[in-house]
Amino acid sequence: MKATEQPYAYATLLERLEELYEVEFTWLKVEQLVQGLVNLDRNTQDFILGWAERLLTTNVYISHEFIIRVVEALDRLERRVIEAWAVHAADTFDQQGLRPALAVIQQVDSFLESAHAHAEGVAFDEVESILSTFVCGLSGRRLKLAQGESVYTDSETLYLPNITAKLVKSKDNFLLCKAQVAFMWAQTRFGSFRVDFATAFADYPDREQALAAFHALDTLRLEAYMERELPGLWRDMQRIERLRLDEMREEGVCNTPLHGMWETCRGVLHTPSATIEDVLALVPQVLGLPIPQPVYQTRLNPDAVTACMLARMEREKILLRVKLAELVKEMGFDSAQPPEDVEEGEEEKKEVTPPEFEMREVQEGQGMELVLDDKPIAPPEDVKQLLTSIMLDWGDVPPEFLVPAGDGEYDPSLYQKEEKDIEDVWKGIYHEEGAFLYREWDFARQHYRKNWCVLRELELPPGDPAYVDKVLDKYQGMIKHLRRTFEAMRDENRLLKRQSQGDDVDIDALVEALADSRDGSEMSDKLFQHMHRADRSMAVMFMVDMSGSTKGWINDAEREALVMLCEVLEKLGDRYAIYGFSGIGRKRCEIYRIKAFDDLYNSATKARIAGIVPKDYTRLGVAIRHLTEKLNTVEAKTRLLITLSDGKPEDYFDIYNTQYGIEDTRQALFEARRTGIHPFCITIDQRGKDYLPHMYGHANWVEIDDVKKLPLKVADIYRRLTS
Amino acid sequence: MEKEPYYVPVNNEITLFEAAYANHLPLLLKGPTGCGKTRFMEYMAWRLRRPMITVSCHDDLTTSDLVGRYLVKNGETVWVDGPLTRAVRSGGICYLDEIVEARKDTMVVIHPLADDRRIMPIEKLGQLLEAPDSFCLAISYNPGYQSVLKELKQSTRQRFVAIEFDYPKPALEREIIMHETGLAPAVTDKLLKLAEMTRNLKDNGLEEGASTRLLVHAGKLISKGVEPRAACQGAIALALTDDSDMIAAINELIGALF
Repeated sequence: MKATEQPYAYATLLERLEELYEVEFTWLKVEQLVQGLVNLDRNTQDFILGWAERLLTTNVYISHEFIIRVVEALDRLERRVIEAWAVHAADTFDQQGLRPALAVIQQVDSFLESAHAHAEGVAFDEVESILSTFVCGLSGRRLKLAQGESVYTDSETLYLPNITAKLVKSKDNFLLCKAQVAFMWAQTRFGSFRVDFATAFADYPDREQALAAFHALDTLRLEAYMERELPGLWRDMQRIERLRLDEMREEGVCNTPLHGMWETCRGVLHTPSATIEDVLALVPQVLGLPIPQPVYQTRLNPDAVTACMLARMEREKILLRVKLAELVKEMGFDSAQPPEDVEEGEEEKKEVTPPEFEMREVQEGQGMELVLDDKPIAPPEDVKQLLTSIMLDWGDVPPEFLVPAGDGEYDPSLYQKEEKDIEDVWKGIYHEEGAFLYREWDFARQHYRKNWCVLRELELPPGDPAYVDKVLDKYQGMIKHLRRTFEAMRDENRLLKRQSQGDDVDIDALVEALADSRDGSEMSDKLFQHMHRADRSMAVMFMVDMSGSTKGWINDAEREALVMLCEVLEKLGDRYAIYGFSGIGRKRCEIYRIKAFDDLYNSATKARIAGIVPKDYTRLGVAIRHLTEKLNTVEAKTRLLITLSDGKPEDYFDIYNTQYGIEDTRQALFEARRTGIHPFCITIDQRGKDYLPHMYGHANWVEIDDVKKLPLKVADIYRRLTS
Repeated sequence: MEKEPYYVPVNNEITLFEAAYANHLPLLLKGPTGCGKTRFMEYMAWRLRRPMITVSCHDDLTTSDLVGRYLVKNGETVWVDGPLTRAVRSGGICYLDEIVEARKDTMVVIHPLADDRRIMPIEKLGQLLEAPDSFCLAISYNPGYQSVLKELKQSTRQRFVAIEFDYPKPALEREIIMHETGLAPAVTDKLLKLAEMTRNLKDNGLEEGASTRLLVHAGKLISKGVEPRAACQGAIALALTDDSDMIAAINELIGALF
């Protein structure tokens, strides 16, 4: 054994842990930890100390507790599970705080019990994206997926637990999730909720028992639909049900065969014409019998369904009538106008009949179509979605739903989903509606903190409308010079003659070449002409620091530079956007739209540039992630993300002021680069060279001390990328 | 066109085309990819007994590629007509497919052909070709791919009579797939269901759902003995997108059906 691989001695461990936990200040006892570690081999010591250090960045007590527990559990836990356990504790701390996180560390046995779930279960986060798309592909109402305590639907949202681990293998657990999602979709699609839960079971002495029987019978009906509509999935569903039964047998759980009445009911409910009324009618037949509960059957939550449906039915009725009224206007029907065939004299006698909508079956089994005054019309997608949703709730579209709303009949607040104002988030009850959640890189942990930053896009109040003109007057000469600089970069179509390759023969060159060859000289091979095409395809995003430290000349410099940039970029014809960023803490990250890619450089945009004012702090990573997403939606060959900032990332009394902030920014820039974006930073901080090369790379940042230099630097960056 | 191409009319497109042709009006075919625009053009060429020259447009297409160019042969320059010139001279049909893919400056060359002048100047020859009555210009594009970079200029689009295409109604699409692939009705219905599912994903992560063409491709693979799931994954899921999550989701939909 080499000396370097010797285990750490007691004294070394003691010194290291005392330093690690700063025992003089924290009063934490480390002797017990050393006792546990000293008898382990070097590799294990390094593994435990490494994780203890990573957890230390989360919380000192969690890290301390971790060493105590991990030494006890070493024989029972694989390293992979220990890592998962530590990460789970850190995540719990992020989401719920110290006590629950300490409980995760202390209750290692319960974690061990759930290790199977962590190893073979499928997490909601893993399946959400695929299953959301999967359920979107199925017909019917658009359904959302969300995490819940159990598996149920309220008829709009499908709830799945954090981890699904009912079966032994993870692939089967994924199948189970998929089957449950499909089952809940079938409930909404095939009328399982067209029942008045309040009255339908009122006469049964045991309502819960009747509901359970109803749900089991409806499951039989839905199974038949699954078999007809999704035969491949139905095969998988049967397979996982068999798997579960086998597991139960192995565990010694006795499976008593079901009463024959269930088979009889299955026969009735498997016919394509079986409805929810047939299900209700059969409930008395099976009351009191043991109830089948296949593994994919989800929980029936009648209260959630009723509440959700009542709200939706009323909202959709109003919404459809309003949409139909809009449709009538768009199609040129105007109830105020008399029809053309009515003569003037008769105008007063005859009342104008409003246009009439109805739903009509296209052909046998071919679905329904919307008909206006006896003519089929193609409604817009949102109206189609509404009609579909209404038909799922009611079975058809009630005639009163098809009467276009009169002017002012409804208050818009009744049918427009009430959205909480994100501007008011700090005035009343804190909420995260309308906000974007972003992860953040914790370099010490070497993994992301999930949904850590809460970012909101806010409107920037306009500033002095005359500001831009003042800047243009002040920098007239400078802007002219800049225009020339940028125009020099503007490429134009031009015909290049005497090329060795090209679209066409260059007749002049050919004549000369033929003359040369007759003369005995060597013939040139440059006989073509080629049309050089100007093919600029640039999109540039300016990310403007609006932190409090920009107050004074830096803020003025930023605004003046932006005015100049806008003036010249308009000439260049490239697409560009400008957003400001600021915030306080991770829950209050803010982005201000100054100019979106689609906004024109008009008086409103100019007023927003004038309105750029210093605000709070500089949490860079989240702003980079958000604007990267925006920039990636633009079609362009070259995408630039230019940060205008006065200094390094920092936040209010926050870890972000340390290396953590620099590393998160660096990681966010890596993520941007991976999507093909070129990030640059133009800084006014003279200490930038200490950290900017690490974040942006040596060639991708510049430091300036004068506003006039800023647009020129942008021109340099442009030239570098496009030449 | 010697043999009648298989084409089932969806609406009144044949009547509209014939009326426009009789009035020497150029045509613009709009519709999603793989819904039958090119097949329709082949059918109309056969029906009108005119030769058809198809040009698949791309962003390197030059005016010379369309009109013609000088080439060198045995030390002499020789003029060679481009496809558009050939179609004008022969009084045939010139079909410019996916017109928005071509550069805007290249497309200007069709303007004098697409209004009442119906002429085509060939500057390099100093000629002015007049299109015969039987000449027809047709262009096609997919409005779904419209972006700032790829949109048809108003000066171009306002010269054409437009015919809008969409995927055929299910019954018709069923008939088409069964005719083209020889598949049994049960498998055809599953393919149609899959098409509907992918079309539900349009604007939810997919630019376009599965076209009739893709269904025919998958159907042909199945009728040649390829396992249906593998056929749909290859001909539909992978053809529609490169996004791994989206491919996985479409594969789940395929697995749910087959």
